[in-house]
Amino acid sequence: MAYHFNFNFVWRYADKLYWGLVLSLEIALVSILIGMVIGLALALAYTGGGRLTKTAVSAYVEFIRNVPLLLLVYLVFYGIPSAGGFAYDAKTSFVATLAIYSGAYLVEVFRAGLDAIPKGLVDAGKAIGLTPWQRFLYVRAPMMFRIVLPSLSNVYVSLFKDTSLAYVIAVPELTYGANWIKTNTFRVIEVWLVVWPMYLVTCYALIYGLRILERRFSLVRR
Amino acid sequence: MTQPLVQIRGLKKSFGTLRVLDGVDLDVAKGEAVCVIGPSGSGKTTLLRCINLLEPYDDGSIRVDGVEVGYDDNRKRRSERALAPIRADIGMVFQLFNLFPHLSALENVMLGLTKVRGISKAEAKDRATQWLTRVGLADKLQNLPSQLSGGQQQRVGIARAVAMEPKVLLLDEITSALDPELVGEVLQVVQGLARDGMTMIVVTHEMTFARDVGSRIVFMDEGRVIVEGASREVLANAASNERLKTFLARIEMKH
Repeated sequence: MAYHFNFNFVWRYADKLYWGLVLSLEIALVSILIGMVIGLALALAYTGGGRLTKTAVSAYVEFIRNVPLLLLVYLVFYGIPSAGGFAYDAKTSFVATLAIYSGAYLVEVFRAGLDAIPKGLVDAGKAIGLTPWQRFLYVRAPMMFRIVLPSLSNVYVSLFKDTSLAYVIAVPELTYGANWIKTNTFRVIEVWLVVWPMYLVTCYALIYGLRILERRFSLVRR
Repeated sequence: MTQPLVQIRGLKKSFGTLRVLDGVDLDVAKGEAVCVIGPSGSGKTTLLRCINLLEPYDDGSIRVDGVEVGYDDNRKRRSERALAPIRADIGMVFQLFNLFPHLSALENVMLGLTKVRGISKAEAKDRATQWLTRVGLADKLQNLPSQLSGGQQQRVGIARAVAMEPKVLLLDEITSALDPELVGEVLQVVQGLARDGMTMIVVTHEMTFARDVGSRIVFMDEGRVIVEGASREVLANAASNERLKTFLARIEMKH
């Protein structure tokens, strides 16, 4: 084989990958937290709201879910500031985009979770005199989170992988770091051979961690 | 005569065009155990669910200890928040148990005590333990509902309701989801409560239970009270009412 693997260039710039991964995780974490708040709030609004609220929430969900994420990234970073005559940095813009994006998916996840809570449990909460807020806190929310945990891990993993799109607006996350090394060293295969397992291991760790949570909060004790 | 603890007058309730309750009157005195029987669709479960407003009623009145349950003084529907303290004084046990599956037996009983009654954790734990011991589950305190049999789950359900020290206890066909051999253990617990003078309204298909425990039987059909009276008398004179006779005959065939 004519090709000689040479990882030296990759190791020389390893800090780009390390800090890239840290930034990727940071972006994913912040946007998922905001996305969870959006998702939960809108799911509750949808479940308890009137027709107007339901329509508004559905419109948000459908608008976001049926548009490519890349387009949203461009829209938020280039489109909105140029129309509004202001600017924000690329990282902030990307976190906002990803939060809005994951929020739309999480609305659906939480809504399904809320719908799946047996009505009898809410009745039981009413019967012992819990207020609506207490019923949410002690009955509906704990049940909902148990129901949605498996779907949450899907959203988390795809969201983490989506952080790679920040590359297109020059946010120095993992994919951006990899590209930088690639462009400066022409060691394409070596770079991707290092970055690919970095994504894989991180995603797998996420899934594994959530599986432990699932087991910990299982309604059936083994 | 002293005021009855539960006083229901002219109660009406429809689901869409279907009238489920068509002017029900019922008085339950303190310490009384009233059994409500009747064919399915007769409105007995709806009647029970109206008493703690799991179903709002359209017309008529329900007073528990003098307080109109569903409406305030201006005949405005009470908000869910305003209903909470009223419901806390009306215990309910469900056909399908409805235990909180994420909480242990002990925590199921403690939840209302700490969050609604505002009792300290330590004291709530004592009380919950006492009640669970009384229903024969002293060794199951830490079990999740999924680790309990149907009969055990229903006994937790009873403990959860009575630990709140309600003024009246509503029991909604609490043995119909149980295997026949588990019915006895649950009825025994209810019998004990009746003996202690707990005011109860019991929707049931267990005729022997209605006869032995209930001081009074109310027979409902098509949303109305058809026959009402002391348990033994009602059952002894069943022949005098065609609908009651038919109903009892049908029940006998099942057993």
